[in-house]
Amino acid sequence: MPQPAALPAVSRKKLATLRAELAGVRSLRGPFLSFDVPMLDDRMAAGGIDGAGLHEIAAASSRLGDDAAASLFAAGIAARFASKPGFTVLWALSRFDLYAPGLEQVGLGPSQLLYAQGKNDQEVLAVTEDALRDGSLACVIAEVKAADMTATRRLQLAASDGKTPLLLYRRHRSRDQCPLTTNSSAMTRWRIGCVPSLPPPHPGVGRPRWSVELVRQRGGNPFSLDLDACDDKGSLSNPSLSVDRTAAPAGAASRAA
Amino acid sequence: MREMGRRSEHADHPFRTLPGDDGARAPSAMTMSTSSRPDQRLTWANLWGNPMVLIARTGQKEVITSACPVAISLGLHPGMAAAHARALVADLDVRDAQPEADQAWLDRLALHAVGRWTPGAAVAGSDGLWLDLTGSSHLFGGEERFCRRLLRFLERLGFSARIAIAGTPGAAHALARYGGEAITLVEPGREAQAIAGLPVAALRLAPSALEAAARFGLERVGDLYGIARGPLARRLGLATVQRLDQARGIVAEPIIPVVPFEQPHAERRLLEPIGTAEAINQVIGDLVDDLVAQLQERRLGLRSALLTCLVVDGGEQRVGIGTARASRDAKHLKRMLAMRVDRIDPGLGIEAMTLSAQRVEDLQPDAMRADLGTGDSTPDLAPLVDQLTGRIDSQGLFRVGLKESDVPERATRRLEPLATPTGWPGWKRPARLLARPEPLDRVVALLPDRPPRRFVWRGTAYRVISGEGPERIHGEWWRSAREMWAVRDYFMVEAHTGERFWLFRRGDGVQADTGDLSWYLHGLFG
Repeated sequence: MPQPAALPAVSRKKLATLRAELAGVRSLRGPFLSFDVPMLDDRMAAGGIDGAGLHEIAAASSRLGDDAAASLFAAGIAARFASKPGFTVLWALSRFDLYAPGLEQVGLGPSQLLYAQGKNDQEVLAVTEDALRDGSLACVIAEVKAADMTATRRLQLAASDGKTPLLLYRRHRSRDQCPLTTNSSAMTRWRIGCVPSLPPPHPGVGRPRWSVELVRQRGGNPFSLDLDACDDKGSLSNPSLSVDRTAAPAGAASRAA
Repeated sequence: MREMGRRSEHADHPFRTLPGDDGARAPSAMTMSTSSRPDQRLTWANLWGNPMVLIARTGQKEVITSACPVAISLGLHPGMAAAHARALVADLDVRDAQPEADQAWLDRLALHAVGRWTPGAAVAGSDGLWLDLTGSSHLFGGEERFCRRLLRFLERLGFSARIAIAGTPGAAHALARYGGEAITLVEPGREAQAIAGLPVAALRLAPSALEAAARFGLERVGDLYGIARGPLARRLGLATVQRLDQARGIVAEPIIPVVPFEQPHAERRLLEPIGTAEAINQVIGDLVDDLVAQLQERRLGLRSALLTCLVVDGGEQRVGIGTARASRDAKHLKRMLAMRVDRIDPGLGIEAMTLSAQRVEDLQPDAMRADLGTGDSTPDLAPLVDQLTGRIDSQGLFRVGLKESDVPERATRRLEPLATPTGWPGWKRPARLLARPEPLDRVVALLPDRPPRRFVWRGTAYRVISGEGPERIHGEWWRSAREMWAVRDYFMVEAHTGERFWLFRRGDGVQADTGDLSWYLHGLFG
């Protein structure tokens, strides 16, 4: 692809003014978070995660490994929203099987995380809406099995009223049906799954890799990427090198530490 | 009177008081005399058979602080050394004094007096109460009758008491302690004559002034009347003159009454019974405004409140709220109560509503921040926590913190929503943990310390690409005998699908009693 020619000086000045204006509008609207992964940010219409909206996340399959990857993806985004000291994330759920030491390892420490366990999806949605409208939280994660168009519309309005991001984690209801097939008014919808990791230069297990698929976004196109998973601050990153895994079939035994 | 110090009684034979082998009761000195003669009236002497004294330790010495009537009749008195008393009376019951418990009783009595007898009541010293009866004795049929009622009341509680009524607190204090009669009434204006015959100690003097008075040969209060004030002040101190003046009514001595703590409380009686949610909300709003005004005045914050609705047919509807942190924010309290309005069943209508603060805490105003609140501040979660506890039950809102244990499922515990827990050590841990470890089938692994090559979990076969481990976790032998030698070897493995599992093997693969070498899946990494 040919490089675009250097912009004339006037146009560059105009561009800077426009960018400043855009940043001002964004800060009025609420917090904003970019992934700091150019490959990912460039393909998103907003350039990152809008901090006053609803974002849906689901596992790529009903397997529990993908489920854990999707929850870590949500936890990583929440950890980056709550990176300032004193900020808190609410995790609303109806079945508690999270392991807090594991969440701490993507940057969501125990003093930053408040859990709300409801009896069913209705209670979880009610708690989520209250928490969003309160506006004192850095981020809200809600785990539900079913949320119809009405529920997501309410949550989206609550999120933009309270200027609090909501990550709606959709659990799988059945083995074969993806929960993201139903209608929703989310800003973005993500599907996260595990993919085999790149072999590290040393024996042992390398950094995990996820297939990050943006199924739908407002004002942009869907895409799919393979990225390195969250580090201890919750940031994703580009794969360091693209090696075809099939090239090293004999490594299996030698990599077992 | 028996001569003290020469009293000699033979001691009981040591084996006679032991319980017999046939199960008969041991002879008890306490109850024998009264039960054998039921016609005799119960008094302190025959209730307590054994003389009893209370002692307190001051420095190296144990001193009697109070003695029962039996002990006093045997010649023991407060201020005596406990060793001396033990030598004089063989079967003396000696117990430790509890001044705090005494003080607590006095405080309770003072509060009772404020509620029942007179608004001006105070604790006097460590052994008495002051009641300001001005204008209240006629409610009880005169002073004489009031005293008898008071004595009967105290007798029912198990106290013996002496009461003196005088025009000045000092004279009443002296007559109650040194007058020697159960009820003393002094006519107005005759306090000086009434206390003239009492010892000087009745004036509440300092020990040094008492010593000086004894040296000068001043024994009775009346002896001080004739001495000119200047020389008296020089010899016994200015405080003595003041005490004397206070007892004679020349100088005022106000009683500082105890003020009982009253629960902040608001009430509305309604002209017409109400039944709609809007009307109830309106009344709740008014009640909260009243309560918050009281709280603001007294610098208190609410921790829990109870709303009581009186229904027309006589029933009561109660709704309680609690706050995570002391608060007197009217908007917040109204919202919390409004969330619970649907739990009120108005029936035929509500005719009165009461809001009382069951638990309050001290809440002082906060200093405003230097930047006048314009900068970024950490948000306050307490209002949100209160609101969410209204939606789900109070156990549903929690934080998870560290518990000191290496066993993964025991390393976490639930904490209060406003706690600030600390984190865990940095060992690799999964994001989700299975409720119970699930057994794996057809595991192929090299012993003793290699991760499995392949395994089957929930009917799916997995081929392991790479693995890390083992992380060895020993059982907690102090919990149960089964964990004495138990060992789990944890491995993190990545399967061919890219999924990452946290597996463990029971047993270290060398010693047979550490486990049966079965494999389990415990958690999932993302």
